[in-house]
Amino acid sequence: MTETITPELFNHLVQLAALELSPEEAEYLRAELNNQLKAIHDLEAIPLAKDTPVTSHGVPYSPEITPPLRSDEWKADPAGGDIIPQAPESENGYIIVPDIPHVDL
Amino acid sequence: MELCDLTATEIASKVHRKETSASEVLESALKRIAAVDGRSGRLDPGAPDPSDPTSIHAFITLTAERARSQARQVDQKLAAGEDLGPLAGVPFTVKDIYCVQGTPSTAASRILANFVAPYTATPVKRMEAAGGVMLGKVNLDEFTYGSSNESSAFQPSTRNPWDTSRVPGGSSGGCAAAVAAGEGALSLGTDTAGSIRQPAAFCGVIGVKPTYGRVSRYGLIAFGSSLDCPGPLARNVTDAALMMNIIAGADPHDSTAARAPSPDYTSRLEESIRGLRVGLSPEYFRITYLDAQTGELHQQPITAEIENAVLRAAGRLAEMGADIVENVPMPHTRYGIPVYFVISRVEAASNLHRYDGVKYGYRTPEKVKDLQELYRKTRAQGFGPQPKLRILMGMYVSAAQYSEQYYRRALQVRTLIRQDFDQAFDRQGKHKLDALLTPTTPTTAFPIGDVYGDSVLMQYADQFTVPANHAGIPGISLPAGFDSSGLPTGIQLLGADFAEETLLRLGRAYEIATAGDAWRKIRPQILENESAHLR
Repeated sequence: MTETITPELFNHLVQLAALELSPEEAEYLRAELNNQLKAIHDLEAIPLAKDTPVTSHGVPYSPEITPPLRSDEWKADPAGGDIIPQAPESENGYIIVPDIPHVDL
Repeated sequence: MELCDLTATEIASKVHRKETSASEVLESALKRIAAVDGRSGRLDPGAPDPSDPTSIHAFITLTAERARSQARQVDQKLAAGEDLGPLAGVPFTVKDIYCVQGTPSTAASRILANFVAPYTATPVKRMEAAGGVMLGKVNLDEFTYGSSNESSAFQPSTRNPWDTSRVPGGSSGGCAAAVAAGEGALSLGTDTAGSIRQPAAFCGVIGVKPTYGRVSRYGLIAFGSSLDCPGPLARNVTDAALMMNIIAGADPHDSTAARAPSPDYTSRLEESIRGLRVGLSPEYFRITYLDAQTGELHQQPITAEIENAVLRAAGRLAEMGADIVENVPMPHTRYGIPVYFVISRVEAASNLHRYDGVKYGYRTPEKVKDLQELYRKTRAQGFGPQPKLRILMGMYVSAAQYSEQYYRRALQVRTLIRQDFDQAFDRQGKHKLDALLTPTTPTTAFPIGDVYGDSVLMQYADQFTVPANHAGIPGISLPAGFDSSGLPTGIQLLGADFAEETLLRLGRAYEIATAGDAWRKIRPQILENESAHLR
């Protein structure tokens, strides 16, 4: 069986996923992905009518059980002060990051 | 029998009647933890300890002092004659995928190892407000991605109290093991493909996956946002119903928490099940799995021991008055796993993008030239292989050029899986079921190391549980005896949307019918060893 996810395609996915992998890790993960895809291909055996609807949640949310939308009001979070100190690097309430690469559009 | 071996219902009742105190119950639980749990899971665990192979290792973080303070508050309320909640003094554990204010909330991942939650998840908050005493955070597969607990970044991972050479199941393995070993009477888990029910079956306890939206997901670190369900693990059905009373219901913090009324799950628990219709489906008596080498799908019957456990349970329910309906067709059952391989990966990849080394959690210590490199190195070092696999697969099957072929198709097949259940539970339909009775798992607990690393085979452990997650419906796993190796077998009841009450009632009827069976008296090996040690 030919591999669906080639090394080139895999490397592209790794870039998109903002990861970097050792050669051993890449080999294992690519093999597992191709194995999982074999399982996924089982879905092609199912005859599907073109108008079969998609299900994004199993439970149908009828109006009776759907919570109303909250009003869009600004509220201070009581734990706000605990959040910035969780950042790996911060200064005067700002989060510090390295240079952000700029790309000319 | 120690205080910590009592059920949650018994503990709360004794505390209310002042026959014991929350602090005494807590100390009993802490003593049990000290006796059986061994060292907690940690990053970079170092050399193995001689006690590792015979300990449970349920915990990542034991919050003993926090628990002592909570127990004292319960006792002070009691002394002052104030109202105590229905969980007064009940020690419980929480899967470390929930945020609990002031505690490390790690998702069993290096990338969140240093994250201290600034707020508390709704179900935990409700349990604490009801008088429950939280013991700490228990281990799981990294970000819940697994069925054995072995993928946790915090090692040693949890072991099965019935046989410590076996996995406890997963991903709520720490929850199930802690409940089985008497470390805490209740545990709060999550179920995305079977992650409450499968470890409950492997560890001989009750596990409830509520209807999607029945319990708030606020404060739960997300995996598959259309599939994740918080739910209870307990030692008996009454305790599971008691916990459902506390955690179920709408929540202004979660717009998917349904407004459907939540009944008192304990009040009708022992009503007759006469006339309830319980179905059996041939699709749940065989397994389909993929041979990764050849790419071929194989089908084979489940083991005779597990099949017999289900059939015996059907017989016992029939004796209690239920009508058993055979040959209910559930033709799309086998597609649950391939659909899950697509949908859960897309949702996981989306949810995992937030971990970037900027806002919280792990950041690479290496010097980097720009933000992109910071992201890549942080995520490469912070995530283990299972999150990486899910991110990569999620990106692939949802990419613009493939999403029609994979993602959209999976969502359509999900509709067919839902329709199987709609037809089975249709009051005007052919079968008119109140519940479908199935095995929870195709096998009993497997040896540590046997399946880990093969992500396809591991996923197929969930094939009888995952259809309920796609359909959103509730399910409960109940202990149903032991196989010839002495390992617990589990049976599962699945019901229509918001039919938890019916499932719990059937489960309780099964408990009553089997109360005198010899297997009900067997205790986990770890507790027999502990008793022998104390003698």
